[in-house]
Amino acid sequence: MKITIWGCRGSLPSPGIHKVKYGGNTSCVQIEHKNTCIILDGGSGILRLGKSLKPDVLEINILLTHLHLDHIMGLGYFQPFYNPKCTINIWGPAGSLDSLVLRLRRYFSPPFFPVRLNEIPATLNIFEIDNSTFKIGDFSITSEYICHPGPTVGYRCELGASVVSFLPDHEPALGSCHFPNLPEWCSGFNIAQDADILFHDGQYSNLQYAQQVGWGHSSIEDAIKFAEMTNAKKLVVFHHDPTNTDSQLEDMLQQCTLNRKLDFEVIMGRENYVFMLP
Amino acid sequence: MSSKEIEIILSRQLADSLSTPVFIVDTEGNLIFYNEPAEELLGLRYEETGEMDVSQWSSLFKPENDEGIFLPPEELPLVQTLSSCLPAHGEFWINSLRGSLYKISVTSFPIIGRANRFIGAIAIFWKILEK
Repeated sequence: MKITIWGCRGSLPSPGIHKVKYGGNTSCVQIEHKNTCIILDGGSGILRLGKSLKPDVLEINILLTHLHLDHIMGLGYFQPFYNPKCTINIWGPAGSLDSLVLRLRRYFSPPFFPVRLNEIPATLNIFEIDNSTFKIGDFSITSEYICHPGPTVGYRCELGASVVSFLPDHEPALGSCHFPNLPEWCSGFNIAQDADILFHDGQYSNLQYAQQVGWGHSSIEDAIKFAEMTNAKKLVVFHHDPTNTDSQLEDMLQQCTLNRKLDFEVIMGRENYVFMLP
Repeated sequence: MSSKEIEIILSRQLADSLSTPVFIVDTEGNLIFYNEPAEELLGLRYEETGEMDVSQWSSLFKPENDEGIFLPPEELPLVQTLSSCLPAHGEFWINSLRGSLYKISVTSFPIIGRANRFIGAIAIFWKILEK
């Protein structure tokens, strides 16, 4: 399978000359295998993804981790939505009261967006999930609620023995007891265990995290601890703070990995980066 | 190994922060966590016992009414909450493993997570008399 990062910024798109390397688009990752196209989150990165799709891709699967704006803001600008030949399946977390459709309609309606959800020309199938397992093509997908404000799930995408885990917004240090020492009591553990590629929130430095505890995000340090605990093979630090420049991101990673022996690779998520897995 | 559901994990986090004794059970009634104030009252440490099934914990402390008659599990608020998914309340006596007899007041409520998933129950209790 081919995995492409189309956006790895958190909170707000933040283009600029100091963010060219890692990119300014918000959360969007594509997984392709044979005829299956899976898109993790519909942040601003989905716009370029939509333009890159071949015309014969007529069925698309979008897995939304949650409905914070930086994870859905690109949906209205995703070209296949306006192709009546396209079928788009959207999965997202159930909440306690309003349905997923109702919550998506808040975005797809004036004054936030001119086109209403029921006016989208493509065929939309919307599936509400909780702690669920379901199939998309040859993939087995597992979703589970994780620690982040509002209904939020992480996704585990398995194809044969290959595992991609996606937890772009996650605060395990808050949603765990004695983090990172008790996997059984740690949010997101089931989703991330033994992943070949773990996309995980690492928005903050330790200092920044200390000032933002409870906001639903992690420090890079905690992302590394989480990856260690879950036995991930590669950690892709995700959801970069919109204020951090390329050089700041590199400094933050270096501070966390310098003189430290890790038995897995840690990289900063970077727009256009492509991974291949069997 | 698999991890608990997030609502259970966060319930334990809350219980761990409270000065009030708290029990957390799963839908089968297994006692999956009790906090330090509960340890103090019961005379047991969670680290020593780990999880306990409903028959173990409901008989361990020999709950009894004012007349000294043993209360079966189905008369305990927490067990009632598990079967009804509704809050329950009661007062009864328990025997601490340290040898004291306490009258406690117990309020239990179900843990119903997102998408209306029934995941377990919490009991908060406090000592009202000691013999």
